[in-house]
Amino acid sequence: MSQILHVTINGTSKEIAIEPDEILLDILRREGYKGVKRGCKEGTCGTCTILLNDKAVKSCILLAAQTENCSIITIEGIGTRDNPHPIQQAFVDEGVVQCGFCIPGMILSAKNLLDNNPSPTKDEVKMALDGNLCRCTGYSGQIKAVLAAAAVMRGEK
Amino acid sequence: MFLVKEFSSEVDSMAVGKRLKRKDADTKVTGEAPYAYDMSFADEQYLAVIRSPYAHARIVNIAIDYKILESLGVVAGTAKDIPGKNILHVILDDWPLLAEKVVRHVGEPVVILVAASLHLAEEARKYVSIEYIEIPAVFDPVEAKDHPTIQIFEENNVCSYWQQKNGDVEKGFAESDIVIENEYRTPAQEHAYIETQGCIAVPQGHDSMTVYGSMQCPFYVQRCVAEILGMEWSKVNIIQTTTGGAFGGKEDVPNQVGSLAALGAWLVRKPVKFLLTREEDIETTSKRHPAVIRYKTGVTKQGELKAIKVEVFLNTGAYATLAPAVLYRAAMHAAGPYRCGNVDVQAYAVTTNLVPFGAFRGFGSPQVIFPGEEQMDRAAESIGMDPSDFRELHILKVGDKTTFGQVIDQSVGLEQTLHKAREQSGWYKKRKPTPTIAQVLEEQKKGKYRRKGIGISTIFYGCFLGAAGKLMSRSGAYVQVEPDGSVRFAVGTTEMGQGMITVLSQIVAEELGIEYEKVYMTPVDTSRVPDSGPTVASRATIMSGRALQDACKQLRTLIYDKVALKYEVDATDIEIKEFQIQEITTQKKLLSVSDAIKLVYQERGQIAVAGWDVAPPTHYDNEKGQGDAYSAYAWCTNIVEVEVDSQIGTVDILNIWAAHDVGKAINPQTLEGQIEGGSLQGLGYGRYEEIIFTPEGRVLSNNLGTYLIPTTKETPKIHSIIVEDPWSGGPYGAKGIGEQPLMGIAPALTNAIANAVGVRLNTIPATPERVWAAIQEKIEEEKV
Repeated sequence: MSQILHVTINGTSKEIAIEPDEILLDILRREGYKGVKRGCKEGTCGTCTILLNDKAVKSCILLAAQTENCSIITIEGIGTRDNPHPIQQAFVDEGVVQCGFCIPGMILSAKNLLDNNPSPTKDEVKMALDGNLCRCTGYSGQIKAVLAAAAVMRGEK
Repeated sequence: MFLVKEFSSEVDSMAVGKRLKRKDADTKVTGEAPYAYDMSFADEQYLAVIRSPYAHARIVNIAIDYKILESLGVVAGTAKDIPGKNILHVILDDWPLLAEKVVRHVGEPVVILVAASLHLAEEARKYVSIEYIEIPAVFDPVEAKDHPTIQIFEENNVCSYWQQKNGDVEKGFAESDIVIENEYRTPAQEHAYIETQGCIAVPQGHDSMTVYGSMQCPFYVQRCVAEILGMEWSKVNIIQTTTGGAFGGKEDVPNQVGSLAALGAWLVRKPVKFLLTREEDIETTSKRHPAVIRYKTGVTKQGELKAIKVEVFLNTGAYATLAPAVLYRAAMHAAGPYRCGNVDVQAYAVTTNLVPFGAFRGFGSPQVIFPGEEQMDRAAESIGMDPSDFRELHILKVGDKTTFGQVIDQSVGLEQTLHKAREQSGWYKKRKPTPTIAQVLEEQKKGKYRRKGIGISTIFYGCFLGAAGKLMSRSGAYVQVEPDGSVRFAVGTTEMGQGMITVLSQIVAEELGIEYEKVYMTPVDTSRVPDSGPTVASRATIMSGRALQDACKQLRTLIYDKVALKYEVDATDIEIKEFQIQEITTQKKLLSVSDAIKLVYQERGQIAVAGWDVAPPTHYDNEKGQGDAYSAYAWCTNIVEVEVDSQIGTVDILNIWAAHDVGKAINPQTLEGQIEGGSLQGLGYGRYEEIIFTPEGRVLSNNLGTYLIPTTKETPKIHSIIVEDPWSGGPYGAKGIGEQPLMGIAPALTNAIANAVGVRLNTIPATPERVWAAIQEKIEEEKV
């Protein structure tokens, strides 16, 4: 039995017809937010990470119905090619993108950290990205990029 | 035939050697990059696969309720519905698309179901019933070789054999003071690319077929789809989508994924999407071959390396797929980058009833490098020598012969990597005497459980396909300049995250004197360039790079001719410098390269050319066990520093120093990305990762919650050290580097563990359980 889900996605209010057993990740992708990726569907890899009411969560282990009246931010909602978010810019500048599949989720985990902690230590960045698996890199570039973005966001660069 | 351009320093360069921004970064940080499953087609259908639940069984009957399926709008396909040959060509043609009479591993495809939704296709499973009779199965390669009753591949289950022979090993052992002999085991390692496998087949009726997908080797897929469908190769087109990691796992598997989708699309004449779930991907697709290695080393007390004897048993799983090629690399790398006059390597690839194993970064070499580098350490230990000094006595230098008799006359940077890694890690200061177990226990009594250790490995990597794959060792390129001054190029090798688009764009920019920002690579499409071989064996930068150099050279001539006519100068007296065309003798600037392109266009000159490259000759005589195995060699020293808890066996990795001779770093930033990422995968192999099979041959660790790969928390500081000893055959001196970073980490790690707590492991990964058990065993042995 379909129901109507009321959510705000990247600042736009939406009414979406869903089934009660549908997973949030699938709904977001169906709605065209294809930067939200499926990697494991069990909440381990982090490539489906979104911000739900400003908190980083894994959308593959949430029912869409659980997000009634919530605000959702996906990678599409934080910056564009011409106007990137400082974290996106730092990921480009530090050259840390390889296959790219984990990157949207990782950037949202980083945003969640920096929104709450503008001056994180390296270890805090490590902890914040611990739920985002990357198989291409050695993570050091991403950690460096998040610290660089933090400095930009604090207005230091 | 080499297109070598002398390059003295970065100052001369317009693009090569610089840390330029990755070409694909923008689309990847914004989430715009289209991966296979981000694509949609009108009226697309979904595919579900009914797979064997048994490791070895005869198919007695396949009953399909076609009536119900038809009423539901579901189409089923079996081996009988394949219009062409039921073979997925890789090397030995033993791999069927759909099993017909026998299933040889859990997860082998038997029936496909195609429907308008995945849900419907999955639901339709209940209308298919397959009757099997189980037959005995075998899972261990040593047991499977010459098995008296279980037959998987021909008579003896051995699908490939390679050897190395040099001198007389028995004489070598007789002349040795100390002989060290051990049996080692290495695990199945899962690629764990974050994007799972997936292809979409789009038919044009029954006339032709286009397949989009996540893959390394579009030309493999082209041939398989054509042969499965019984179509001419010219009617099958493969287009690579943005690929979310591969590491070898998307070398041969897309042959199957793409062909299953194509068969479905053929049957329903509509686009068919086939995207594997993570569980399906880990349970049914290739992994690094598990192996059993028997290794015997003879040394004298003075430190001479007298003899090396190795027996390798690669477990290939149910089908040979890439095993003959993987085994070749295992055999060639088995005795290491050392001078040794008496060598005997016997290597077998043996089929079993596990999932078919295949390519994985390093391609058979990590399985022999772990034992080989363990043996070198144990040999050094046995004569009381520092393990780095012992290696230094034996490593190959310019003019030396490998153990398989190849004289290496240039680009041997191993010694440099050893010196740099040792220096930067502070090796001699950090390397403490290895404790006895009594000393470890004594310290435990004083409350000191954690001990540091440092270990080393020195390795080489035979670049490109080598003699076993030389027939595939060719590459095409296409370069087209546009009147707005931009350039597009196409190659047949693929980007899977390693940075190929960026590096090749730098080469094109350099060759044509056009700003890097104006160079674009078009998506890989089998209709744009001829079969360029696979994107494997760390060959893309070199082979596509050389083909692009060939094309650019032709384009330069075309441009120079038009410029010479217009400016009334000699076409042979023109060069490109700093994005300008100038006369060589007068150094007079004539016009910018962009304007020259406009000129050629206006004059109706040819603005597009094709380039071609064939790898330098290689030859291997397997009867003699000698030959010129590879065109060139990369070299590396790894040093790993650990801290081990001697009471509970946990190992923390503190630092990795990875020094690589790459010939030339075309882009140091992407190169460091390869070194760091490969090192971490190597650490995974040595320390964490192991596919667990049930006694019935089913993969148990089938998702990323049970198959653990390193996260940010486990990642140590990785110090990338770049050595550039140029190879005259490579573009700007470059050699292959994609795989080498992974290959030697595991033994450097286990050697560090040995240095910390005095125990040796014959099996990886070095889990806390294994380290703890080794310590207990040693306590038992020495009765302390």
